[in-house]
Amino acid sequence: MSTPKNGGPDAAGNTGGRVLRYVDALKEAVDQEMARDPRVFVMGLDVDDHKALQGSTRGLLQKYGPERIFTTPLAEDAMTGTAIGAAMAGLRPIHVHIRMDFLMLSMNQLVNMAAKAHYMYGGAIKVPLVVRSIIGKSWGQGPQHSQGLYSMFMHIPGLKVVAPSNAHDAKGCMLAAIRDDNPVMFVEHRLLYPTEAYVPEEMFELAPGKSRVVVPGGDVTLVGVSNMLVECLRARELLADVGVVAEVIDPIWLSPLDTDTIVKSVRKTRRLVVVDNGWTMCGAGSEIAARLAEVLGAEGISFQVERLGFAPTICPTSPTIEELFYPNPARIAQAAYRLAKPKAPEWTPDPDRAVLAYQKQFRGPF
Amino acid sequence: MPDIDPQTLRRVYHSLRLIRRFEEEVARIYPEDKIKSPVHLSIGQESVAVGVCDALAKDDLAGGTYRGHAVYIAKGGNLNALMAELYGKDTGCTRGKGGSMHLMDIAHNVIGSSAVVGTTVPIALGYALALKREGKGRVIASFLGDGATEEGVFHESLNFAALKHLPVIFVCENNFYAIHTPISRRQAVPDAICERVKTYGIPAYRVTDADVFKIRDIVADAVPKMRRGEYGPIFLECHTYRWREHVGPANDYDAGYRSTDELQPWVDNDQIPRVAAMLEPDDRKVIDADVEKIVAASIAFAEKSPFPAAAELMTNVYA
Repeated sequence: MSTPKNGGPDAAGNTGGRVLRYVDALKEAVDQEMARDPRVFVMGLDVDDHKALQGSTRGLLQKYGPERIFTTPLAEDAMTGTAIGAAMAGLRPIHVHIRMDFLMLSMNQLVNMAAKAHYMYGGAIKVPLVVRSIIGKSWGQGPQHSQGLYSMFMHIPGLKVVAPSNAHDAKGCMLAAIRDDNPVMFVEHRLLYPTEAYVPEEMFELAPGKSRVVVPGGDVTLVGVSNMLVECLRARELLADVGVVAEVIDPIWLSPLDTDTIVKSVRKTRRLVVVDNGWTMCGAGSEIAARLAEVLGAEGISFQVERLGFAPTICPTSPTIEELFYPNPARIAQAAYRLAKPKAPEWTPDPDRAVLAYQKQFRGPF
Repeated sequence: MPDIDPQTLRRVYHSLRLIRRFEEEVARIYPEDKIKSPVHLSIGQESVAVGVCDALAKDDLAGGTYRGHAVYIAKGGNLNALMAELYGKDTGCTRGKGGSMHLMDIAHNVIGSSAVVGTTVPIALGYALALKREGKGRVIASFLGDGATEEGVFHESLNFAALKHLPVIFVCENNFYAIHTPISRRQAVPDAICERVKTYGIPAYRVTDADVFKIRDIVADAVPKMRRGEYGPIFLECHTYRWREHVGPANDYDAGYRSTDELQPWVDNDQIPRVAAMLEPDDRKVIDADVEKIVAASIAFAEKSPFPAAAELMTNVYA
């Protein structure tokens, strides 16, 4: 199987299509759907400027005009309400936020209105809304430009949450999100933007509620959310050096969340490391671990679990301590190794091999 | 006395009277504990909803606040479904899912209301964006209270509506209280709501005597211009007064935060007897009888309707 440059999954073994960057796959999905469905439109600060949100909306203004892609005032609360109202009225808005942290200004509209409208209005209306937001990391993004807050939205019935980890899934999930009749929180990670994978030219949907075994293995199960999936794949390579074979699973959609695939894996490996792209307290990893405990516990199967995620502190800007804030391939591999070989002496992977391509590639300021 | 055509007069009176009598019946039934929903009654405030909605066409949209029975009724929402909703019945306008604070009747162009103050203001902008794109000249009236004008989202919404020239009529029902706190304790310059709105480039009108026809005239004058795109959004502040307690059926003039002296001028100025006196006595009798019939029918409908089945708990979480 030929491997995309990010080492990421060839979704379902698919090596068809061209190699595309994540950011271009996102744009292609929106472009194709805007061409197909005139109800789709894009709004958000700077979506129509010369930088086109790192290229993710490039060319859409020229193609579809200012009525279907427009910048907004810095008014996340009202703009979210506007997008919801437009969705209720039958349009299909894509509302874009440059950083996920700004979604805190939209919480009332997302939680009290978007999530509940279909139910609390007796099914009379729908809210087919996509909220794109980008998680920042590294180069001093700091306390308010780095948060992966998807678990807050996983908590809320009525919302769907997706965090694709590669270009292929970015396209398929985006098409599924736009066509979904519910509000979908579409979580992107800026470090994934330049990563490449095979992406079919034609439109396809990666429907909610299906996790994927990215690489099989029998010794330990690694589950990574968003870019942590990429880091899990590198951790798998490190583990292979010491004879531990990890199975790596991408949940893709966080709500609805498919834990059956993970249960099946852990039934086999009896060891689970869940790597969150946020804090572990009440995080996606906690939910996965709890569900597995319920299901496997009922079967009388015991298993070991470790949750990794952001350090329980604020994300600092200085590189020496910022580096310690995040899980990385070495720490993921070490955690998995401890579970797989509890009696072995502590193992430290070769630091040069632990570095990820995208960490070398990335330069500021944005 | 203003020169009102008889048809309008009858229609306006019918609407005012219907809201008043419906809510008086809600208050009467409430102690029986059949109504399983907090109710925020509009009694005393009817003229704002009626004045605005009477100037709209059937296919224009309107949405009220959590104190929303008046707008729902004035815009032509289904009355049986409203009463059934208050009873928590499956036949309610939101099938027993939303209750009094989340009314909607989209078939009659009543958009949903919200319990969280100010939340529906930007929702109306989204509808307006869609209406503008539709290009048929339809408009939307978004009702809000004086308290909502203190929310940040209100100001964000005014700015965007003006920026995009959206066909929205913002209607501020200023009853001077947010729950029990008077506007003088909440706003540094409480008598300048319209002045603040004007700075966003939105024409703003203030009606201080709740005159249903003055309110109607302002909207009736602006709407054709909005339909033609000559006007973007407009803002209308209507002084009014909540006669009953904030939530529930009773009076609360013994609670100490307001007095009957404050109430009295609004009772003297009540638009319902005023408009009634403008009608031919026979017309009035016919309307009054019709209103009683409609309200009684809504109660009977609600009483005999079934409660939602257990499966409804999990129905419509996702579309």
